[in-house]
Amino acid sequence: MKIVAVTACPTGIAHTYMAAEALEVAAEEAGHTITVETQGSAGSTPLTAAQLAEADAAIFAADVEVRDKDRFAHLPLLQVGVKKAISGAPGLITQAEEAAANAPATAPAGTPAAATPAGAKAPAGPGAASRVRAWLMTGVSFVIPFVAAGGLLIALGFALGGYQINLPEDAPLYETILSNGFDVGSITAWGALAFGIGSAAFSFLVPVLSGYIAYAMADRPALVPGFVGGAVAVTTGAGFLGGLVSGFVAGGLVMWIKTWRVPRALAGIMPVVVIPLLSSAVVGLLMYVVVGRPIAAATDGLTSWLNGLSGTNAVLLGLLLGLMMCFDMGGPVNKAAYTFAVAGLTTPSATALTIMAAVMAAGMVPPLAMALATVVRKSLFSEVERENGRAAWLLGASFISEGAIPFAAADPFRVIPSIMAGGAVTGALSMAFGATLRAPHGGVFVVPLMGNPLGFLAAVVAGTLVATTLVVVLKSFAHRRPRATAGPDGAAGTAPVEATPAATVAVTA
Amino acid sequence: MTTSSTALITSDLVDLDLPSADRRTAVRALAERLVAAGRVTDLEQFLADIEAREAQMPTGLDGGIGIPHCRSAAVTVPTLGFGRSATGVDFGAEDGPADLVFLIAAPAGGGDDHMTVLAALARRLVRSSFKDTLRSATDAAEAADFIAKEVSA
Repeated sequence: MKIVAVTACPTGIAHTYMAAEALEVAAEEAGHTITVETQGSAGSTPLTAAQLAEADAAIFAADVEVRDKDRFAHLPLLQVGVKKAISGAPGLITQAEEAAANAPATAPAGTPAAATPAGAKAPAGPGAASRVRAWLMTGVSFVIPFVAAGGLLIALGFALGGYQINLPEDAPLYETILSNGFDVGSITAWGALAFGIGSAAFSFLVPVLSGYIAYAMADRPALVPGFVGGAVAVTTGAGFLGGLVSGFVAGGLVMWIKTWRVPRALAGIMPVVVIPLLSSAVVGLLMYVVVGRPIAAATDGLTSWLNGLSGTNAVLLGLLLGLMMCFDMGGPVNKAAYTFAVAGLTTPSATALTIMAAVMAAGMVPPLAMALATVVRKSLFSEVERENGRAAWLLGASFISEGAIPFAAADPFRVIPSIMAGGAVTGALSMAFGATLRAPHGGVFVVPLMGNPLGFLAAVVAGTLVATTLVVVLKSFAHRRPRATAGPDGAAGTAPVEATPAATVAVTA
Repeated sequence: MTTSSTALITSDLVDLDLPSADRRTAVRALAERLVAAGRVTDLEQFLADIEAREAQMPTGLDGGIGIPHCRSAAVTVPTLGFGRSATGVDFGAEDGPADLVFLIAAPAGGGDDHMTVLAALARRLVRSSFKDTLRSATDAAEAADFIAKEVSA
């Protein structure tokens, strides 16, 4: 019998190769031929088309998504966690023998795992929660370079071109400057250029997030509906939360379509034409009609509600705006609060200027808090997150709230409440201190234009410390729990309870 | 890759009497050897990266071995620290504590050719003859020479 296998683990330096070795030894002892593709960090030699065509069964021993799973669609498939292959390779080989024996002689192409035997289904594969997390992290890891490159260019644009560079909203200054030809001698023109390029990079954030979540779930055919759904989320103003939704919907939809039994004639064009076409249409429709409309209505509702609050206690209003600014970083709620503040600048009253200051102060908190958190508790963050943390300092200082999106997307239920609390503290304090601001953007670059700049900065620092403390506490708590999904072979019960000392970040404000 | 300074393991990276109070103690003792050998630049960063990997899923494996490992910016060259414990150290394996501990350190941006030596090591770890030889080694130099020879073969 001929077997093909893929091994893959999160770090890609140990388990991947141990599992490969164990499978090779076990297959040889059982008298079979096996070829293992190690998707690890020492490079992987892809299985050849001939090896795939001749194989009788496939084994995935992986704790991360196997790349290009489509190649195995014609084979009976065993899926297990990578540790299972290290400790129980001979048993897996036996199961693969049974799977091959039970498989129909001609499995229809394009119906993956159609012949997965009953015995292999039960405990196989990593747990649901860790799979969702793996999908999410794939999307996040592709987004981070866009955030860093785009955000830093935008910050440079503000630094060189001043805060007016993207004003007014309907015909931004930077577009006017760039469309009039580029003046090499003008610093403002360089600022406009940096801003324009940065904005272009930023426009990919949500589509890339959505697209690569879908890609992680269902491979290449899901990339199209993922990107399209993300782009519609941008158009409708649904923000990155909308992008998370469209990514998961697109991935899930394509996973489901792939289980359809289709006529052989159609099978060949499924991944290239049928699936992308069908799934994009469905995801696009959902994002425009089901998600987009209510979001537009909610944004309008929030705006008129905020306008009706004009007589409210100033500190309370600051707190509320702070919560809103940090909820979805560029999404509809954030936008409602920001637009409310900017609209006030057209008829500048003393109140309007304090509102603008509070809104900007709160919007600076999420990236700053996450940057600080990656420094005080390195172990709570992945390598890519820590790198994003370095860029987030400057993004936060420049009032580019999007710098926190990768963190919020990776762990929304712990990160978003934490930064909202920090934003609320900052918004309320900024109002209480009576800081004022005439510019609608610019972060620390417009501090010289402020009234009571020290109060403004104190508010930002206080909120950042609150948000950092909360996020570290919440993440440490999650870290210390034994992982329910620790091992596909039941290692959960024996996972040691981590003895991480409780977070001890002092709030000095 | 042929000079002794870049060998995967040397005798001063072996501890045949590994401090075994708990997993962190054992890992720290080996990691300090890596720092002393100039292969890890920032001990705390490295330990944090090891912990982050350990938190994803314990690295203990059936048959009494623990393989704490990570890719880290604090690592300068692919390195193995090897420790042997008389009492065993709990690395979360189902069948009990590990008496052989392999601390695998990979540089964050290592190219493919750097990683092949670690892949070769990982493949040896599942062979019982490899483990048996290390269990019977009488001194650090013997253990280091044996591992170095195995992974270069």
